[in-house]
Amino acid sequence: MLPHLFRVHQVHRETVDTFTLQLDPVDERGAVSFVPGQFNMLYLPGAGEVPISVSGDPAQAKHLTHTIRSVGAVTKVMDKLKRGDLLAVRGPFGTHWPVEEAEGNDIVIIAGGLGLAPLRPAFYQVLSDREKYNKVVLLYGARTPQDLLYRHELERWRGLLDVQVEVTVDSPVGGWHGDVGVITTLIPRGHFDPARTVALVCGPEIMMRYTVMELEKREVSQNKIFVSIERNMKCATGFCGHCQLGPIFICKDGPIFRFDLVKDWLGKRDI
Amino acid sequence: MVNLLLENGDLVVIEQSDFQQLLDVLAERTYQVVGPTIRDSAIIYDEMTSYTKLPIGWTDVQGKGTYRLKRREDDALFGYTVGPHSWKKYLHPPVSYLWRTNTTADGFQVTTAIEEPPKLAFIGVRACELQAIAAQDQVFLQGRFVDADYKARRENIFVVAVNCVQAGGTCFCASLKTGPKATSGFDLALTEVLTGTNHYFLVEIGSSAGADVMQAVTHQPASPAQIEAAEALVEATTQQMGRTLEPLDLKELLYNSYEHPQWDELGERCLGCGSCTMVCPTCFCTTTHDTIDVTGETTAHSKKWDSCFTMTFSYIHGGNVRTPLRSRYRQWLMHKFATWLDQFGRSGCVGCGRCITWCPAYIDITEEIRAIQESTNKQEEKIGGKL
Repeated sequence: MLPHLFRVHQVHRETVDTFTLQLDPVDERGAVSFVPGQFNMLYLPGAGEVPISVSGDPAQAKHLTHTIRSVGAVTKVMDKLKRGDLLAVRGPFGTHWPVEEAEGNDIVIIAGGLGLAPLRPAFYQVLSDREKYNKVVLLYGARTPQDLLYRHELERWRGLLDVQVEVTVDSPVGGWHGDVGVITTLIPRGHFDPARTVALVCGPEIMMRYTVMELEKREVSQNKIFVSIERNMKCATGFCGHCQLGPIFICKDGPIFRFDLVKDWLGKRDI
Repeated sequence: MVNLLLENGDLVVIEQSDFQQLLDVLAERTYQVVGPTIRDSAIIYDEMTSYTKLPIGWTDVQGKGTYRLKRREDDALFGYTVGPHSWKKYLHPPVSYLWRTNTTADGFQVTTAIEEPPKLAFIGVRACELQAIAAQDQVFLQGRFVDADYKARRENIFVVAVNCVQAGGTCFCASLKTGPKATSGFDLALTEVLTGTNHYFLVEIGSSAGADVMQAVTHQPASPAQIEAAEALVEATTQQMGRTLEPLDLKELLYNSYEHPQWDELGERCLGCGSCTMVCPTCFCTTTHDTIDVTGETTAHSKKWDSCFTMTFSYIHGGNVRTPLRSRYRQWLMHKFATWLDQFGRSGCVGCGRCITWCPAYIDITEEIRAIQESTNKQEEKIGGKL
């Protein structure tokens, strides 16, 4: 499967080490359509390929949007991309958040750090179909105020009258007067009815584990909680073997899973 | 030559003196013939145009961490078992190129690097190896995605299987029912019979392509006595296995043994070298590399065999998932005997014994599994005793 060429339309710096690329397909072979939760393999010649979830609005068909943290050999090269540069893309791959399946319910989106990127498309979709849901809640936590993604959008969403948006940081450096504490401190304050709630959770694995525990305290059942799991990936098609978690191939069986179906594997050490 | 048209399932006999014809007919049909031959004191797979390149009159002596060639007392063509190579080197090559890029005025372009595969005839594929090819077929062809390179290579082969008439010191195919007789997945299956002055091959036709090739090779219909002699040899092989492994309830047992002390013990002995994964005929993992030319103008994106024993195999930002060696050994063994069954509905092990022979730390998976099985049985006895 060959990657297709995309041209950088815009680079937006989110935080000191995180940036968002808006990409335009060079020709009709490059697909921008995707379902929230899916990812692409992004490639630069000489640097390599990395799996990155799509973070844009699934309803707009013009650009492909990816939010990338510059942490490894490949993403550090991607950090140098400018408008007009080329990037190659394979995808989209993987399972999706059950956004449509959750219609008629309360929907609670809980993100930690960069975990907001793969959840943003789901939130966009919920907002555009707002009348199909009951309560809509977005809970977001980051390490510091400087690590918050999409800050202007968060502020705009927080101004909506039919959505609850809560944001917290672990350490309030740099004049933060909002909530301080880990993400789980927001869950008791979420205005949702646990009996009819679908929760979408993404963040570091430890954050997801504690988040699920807190949701369970509110009696959200495990089969209504969905998580996105990350592992090393080289192919995205189940051939390279890197992303295995027990019998699961994260690339093709996931990355989005119903929590109760993966909890036994997530609970094991060094697996 | 008998002129009756051969069909799938037919049994015929070719004399040893006519064996070269088989290679010649395959060559006429534009197959490049590859088969076992001796290099660096081991039997490996390589190209051959003459049957004399086969390890005629040689056998192998295999044990934990040992492999030696030894002269036979006869001139058998296939009187040995499997060496360090497996057929995956042709179907799933150690390095293959996926795409290339070259710099253009406004960036770069991507072109495919997948090449037309060679048309190969495999000579001497053992039953366990046919099972290994079937296992890799499931990985690369039968899931949601199809590996186009593997598919092209796979569709281009002619398989001459050889039933084992002697078992190796580390073989345990009989336990897993993956051998010693080839039951499917071949064009022709040979059983070599060598008694006194008789030296012939009983040939089972496994496909129409096989029938077509055999039609062009001097052959006779097989007599009941010849069939019986060949069957007796294969049956005797079943009784000679150097190792055994009990697969019954193994998946469940292993799934319940993630924290078994045997993993700690293995973590102490295993060197993490990955030899077992390189010689394993079912191991399919790969990593990717980008190679840039010195001018920086062109790049080749390749995939290369990888091993779950390397530290970086599980790397994600922030660290490796499987840092202790015990967890990497556990991943490998669990994959073969437990998770593979859930992924593909069959075992990831075919009982070829290569990982035992080629482990420099003398680790024998059949012993390790037995240790887990026996400790669990003991525990169950204890619990049973209390009740």
